[in-house]
Amino acid sequence: MSTASVPLPNWITYGLMPLLNLLVAFFISGLVVWWIGENPLEALRLLIEGSLGRGDAIGFTLFYTTSFIFTGLSVAVAFHAGLFNIGSEGQAYLGGLGAALVALALDQYVPWYVTMPFAVMGAALFGAGWALIPAWLQAKRGSHIVITTIMFNFIGAALMVYLLVNVLIVPGKMAPETRTFLPGGQLPKLDWLMAWFGLKLGPAPFNVSFLIALVMAFLVWVLIWRTKLGYEMRTLGISPSAAVYAGIPYARTVIIAMLISGGLAGMMALNPVMGASARLQVEFVGGAGFVGIAVSLMGRSHPLGIVLAALLFGILYQGGADLSFEMPNITREMIVVIQGLVILFAGALEYMFRPTMVHIYQRFKRA
Amino acid sequence: MSGFRQGKARRVSQNPAIELVGIDKSFGAVHANKNINLKVEKGTIHGIIGENGAGKSTLMSIIYGFYQADRGEIRIDGKQLTIRDSQAAISAGIGMVHQHFMLVENFTVLENIMLGAEGGQLLAKGVSEARAELKRLETEYGLDVDPDAVIEELPVGRQQRVEILKALYRKADILILDEPTGVLTPAEADHLFKVLKVLRDQGKTVILITHKLREIMAITDEVSVMRRGEMVATRKTAETSVEELAELMVGRRVLLRVEKGEAKPGKVLLSVKNLTVKDGRGVTMVDNVSFEVREGEIVGLAGVAGNGQSELLEAIAGIRKPASGEILIDGQPIAGADPARLRALGLAHIPEDRHHMGLVLKFSEYENAVLGYHRDSRYGRAGLLDLKAMQAEAVEKIAKYDIRPPNPLLKTANFSGGNQQKIVVAREIERDPKVLIIGQPTRGVDIGAIEFIHRRIVDMRDAGKAVLLVSVELDEIRSLSDRILVMFAGRVVGEKTADAGEQTLGLMMAGIAA
Repeated sequence: MSTASVPLPNWITYGLMPLLNLLVAFFISGLVVWWIGENPLEALRLLIEGSLGRGDAIGFTLFYTTSFIFTGLSVAVAFHAGLFNIGSEGQAYLGGLGAALVALALDQYVPWYVTMPFAVMGAALFGAGWALIPAWLQAKRGSHIVITTIMFNFIGAALMVYLLVNVLIVPGKMAPETRTFLPGGQLPKLDWLMAWFGLKLGPAPFNVSFLIALVMAFLVWVLIWRTKLGYEMRTLGISPSAAVYAGIPYARTVIIAMLISGGLAGMMALNPVMGASARLQVEFVGGAGFVGIAVSLMGRSHPLGIVLAALLFGILYQGGADLSFEMPNITREMIVVIQGLVILFAGALEYMFRPTMVHIYQRFKRA
Repeated sequence: MSGFRQGKARRVSQNPAIELVGIDKSFGAVHANKNINLKVEKGTIHGIIGENGAGKSTLMSIIYGFYQADRGEIRIDGKQLTIRDSQAAISAGIGMVHQHFMLVENFTVLENIMLGAEGGQLLAKGVSEARAELKRLETEYGLDVDPDAVIEELPVGRQQRVEILKALYRKADILILDEPTGVLTPAEADHLFKVLKVLRDQGKTVILITHKLREIMAITDEVSVMRRGEMVATRKTAETSVEELAELMVGRRVLLRVEKGEAKPGKVLLSVKNLTVKDGRGVTMVDNVSFEVREGEIVGLAGVAGNGQSELLEAIAGIRKPASGEILIDGQPIAGADPARLRALGLAHIPEDRHHMGLVLKFSEYENAVLGYHRDSRYGRAGLLDLKAMQAEAVEKIAKYDIRPPNPLLKTANFSGGNQQKIVVAREIERDPKVLIIGQPTRGVDIGAIEFIHRRIVDMRDAGKAVLLVSVELDEIRSLSDRILVMFAGRVVGEKTADAGEQTLGLMMAGIAA
């Protein structure tokens, strides 16, 4: 008997099951840690402390979280329209170009809060632009969006290296990066926010783009559940045949959904480029686009879930880095393994426990 | 090896090839198979006939292991078997040829036949064995086909032959064919029948699922009739007639008479001229059809399901592009216009398939109550959705149409079939359209809701709307329609008044008389 259609209460679907998945992921990670001769509980303590134990640790955690919120939202928006956008990575990379060009153009003349809205627009525009061709190919030519967006990740990476090495590089320097932005092209740190909680940010690059990410999470919620466009996207995503019946234009909806998705991915660049390094560097995205897929899956494509899942992955990134520093046996690669396990259980196997939960729940309800 | 099996099969032929005892299967509220009993004798061609939705395909899927029966037994050659999946069905000697072929289009014939039965990790040995076996099957059954031809380059009839070979290659003794002639030209169908007769004469058992009476008469030894999930009769083909089968298939049900006055037809609101519609494979489904529907009348399109009514309806609703011909609403040509524009012109459409078209089952009730009309400014301005307005209107419709449970926030999948249909009916009727086209208004709907929906349809007529009604329920067509058009094989084969006899209509639907 199939259990897929049996309804479960929301607290099980959105609370208990993700928690269970997470626990299993941690348990198996613990086994791996134990197998290489370290104490799993000690490792867990170090991971938590390294990500949440101090002000600067929290600052780094939230810095990563910010990037993952943007890319998670990007994947989620496309997903609601039934599209699997694997290209957030490349769209974020190009978004960095948009943000950097704005910062380079304006930083000498205006303060940061004037630059910021233009930088947001620039990043979104370039990210959306990078999503446009795959979107068009999907909408009009039926080329599968997964394939084209993956390809565009590679094209984007090559393009950016070319631009940084040959065009944007500071003459006479060896590093393939732009000049450092002046304060007018930087997003300030959120020291004051940390101070509210009596914490010191220290060197952590936790910055204003975190607030932009939260605003975007809210706007995505409005888009998906409170606008006609979101209604059409959801209809298309759930039932393409009902969308045809309802007269929802396929091509237009696909293209718009992908532009929004690409735009959100592009905005991710604000965080590392203008909030942390204050210059555009090679490979600054660092896989955040792909983490966004896991974040969106784990957050069930809901903005609130995405913020929480992004926080979890932020903890894993920051805590993991600290852990590999403290326990030399646990290398950087081990952390990637643990992250992989979390993605595997929380993302790819998200419904693994569902049949069991359904059986338990039904027995419980009958009793 | 297979010769030995056949010999054995002949010796113990007192056991039926397949026996079904009390098979029962429900999908949620839909009772697809009700206590089905069936015996198929060895070495015969056994037809199973019934309208689409009668439960034939569900029953065959149970035999082939796609679904599990809720209750009942399957006995193959006298032995009770649990068929968990198609693998189990294959090892029990059952082969299935699906209506839509399960072939890898860019593989060769040989590769397709071997698929899933490669015989080991390395291909070479399997390939040479398969080639030899294919040669043998070819000479034994006269099923010639080039083993190295690529599937997508073969005509449909040949592709079907590959499906049959696939089953035989897996040593099937029982061959199930699901609507095998639907995609074939008449010549190809004749050839298929020849092949099936050879298979039978070689001791194979063939089950033929179809809704075409002529095929049953032409080649089967026995025939079983299904109607609304039940097995209503089994006859020796030689001892029955087309008339009897037609009657068994359509059924005599107590008439649900709808009280209605005389129709007062006015000007023509919907007009279809020389319309031809093809399906995705290029098969002509609607063939040069012309008719008119006037304001204040209900025109019923009768026909056994699969004779082009669905495609005709979809073409009028803008979902399927017609190949040629004209459609006019109130004088305006609309062929090829999209559904959104048609709604604006005053065409409302209650689709045949509410689960895939009329509703998004994961949406809340109030969200579905605006599907297709969601762009209307009454549901919010500036691109925003006004949830309060949507819900308020949904509450009104829920009260007016007695939709239960009366909760606009409930997920649509959690409503019963009848209430789901009322959601669609309420949405389409309450927009006050000029032309209403309706497919299967009461499929899977309980009696109470049927009466209610029928009443609403008649009200629409009395309000001066043009109503086009498609239904496979002949009773429904007869009790609602002012005029009845009968479709067969994509053509309108005749027009009758509402008081035409069931027998007459039944024969026309079977393509026997006009």
